[in-house]
Amino acid sequence: MAHIERPISPHLQIYKPQISSVLSILHRITGAALGFGLLLFAWWLIAAASGPEAYACASGFIGSVLGRLILFGFTWALFYHFCNGIRHLFWDMGKGFELPVMHRTGWAVVAGSAALTILVWVLAYALR
Amino acid sequence: MGSKGNYRSPLARVRGLGAAKSGVEHWWLQRASAIALLPLVVVFTAFAISLTGASHAEVAAFLGRPLPAGITILLVIAAFWHLKLGGQVIIEDYVSHEGVKLACVLALTFATVAVGLACILAVLRLVVAGA
Repeated sequence: MAHIERPISPHLQIYKPQISSVLSILHRITGAALGFGLLLFAWWLIAAASGPEAYACASGFIGSVLGRLILFGFTWALFYHFCNGIRHLFWDMGKGFELPVMHRTGWAVVAGSAALTILVWVLAYALR
Repeated sequence: MGSKGNYRSPLARVRGLGAAKSGVEHWWLQRASAIALLPLVVVFTAFAISLTGASHAEVAAFLGRPLPAGITILLVIAAFWHLKLGGQVIIEDYVSHEGVKLACVLALTFATVAVGLACILAVLRLVVAGA
């Protein structure tokens, strides 16, 4: 059978990134990243139950420069997924689909997740 | 000629799922675990802030107390359940080969159950040690 050149629908790279599409894929990326981050949480928890040496190893890594960078990224991913997840729950109830509302809540998620991340790290360093 | 529904058994009709094989449980549990995680994440974040820089003895004693232990176990159950459901959707979206897809979903299920159980046992050990 002859191959017929039919028009195909535009692919992902054709579209200009927009707040709606970027936040949508970020929800999935942060979700997957948090899954791997949960392994770090599990290591910390199991080490705490295993004894002082195991805990020193886990907390030593988490407290290192690399560990802190990962934990900072984890904190932001957590609060991003948290805030955007609330947005998704409102969508599930059929609320907030109008474009101006969706853009407003989208930017609120960006600002909220950044603010919560900074707040948590400032508190952690202040109360240490 | 009758409608298409006449060719299906009464049981198949009452289940009403057809080729979809399952209903809304996956979707619903994803939301239920998400709602459960909202307060649990807030409370555990407060725990984590208060434990910054704490020694092993302090962390072990804190997590061994009934309330922090209970909240941590609830967090572990909700988080790993949410991860299993969310990860499954990602796999089903990007892995098209049926066999590989099934293997990936099974591996994810086993891994989340195993690591989640290990976390729960860790908390229980701290509770017993603190009792």
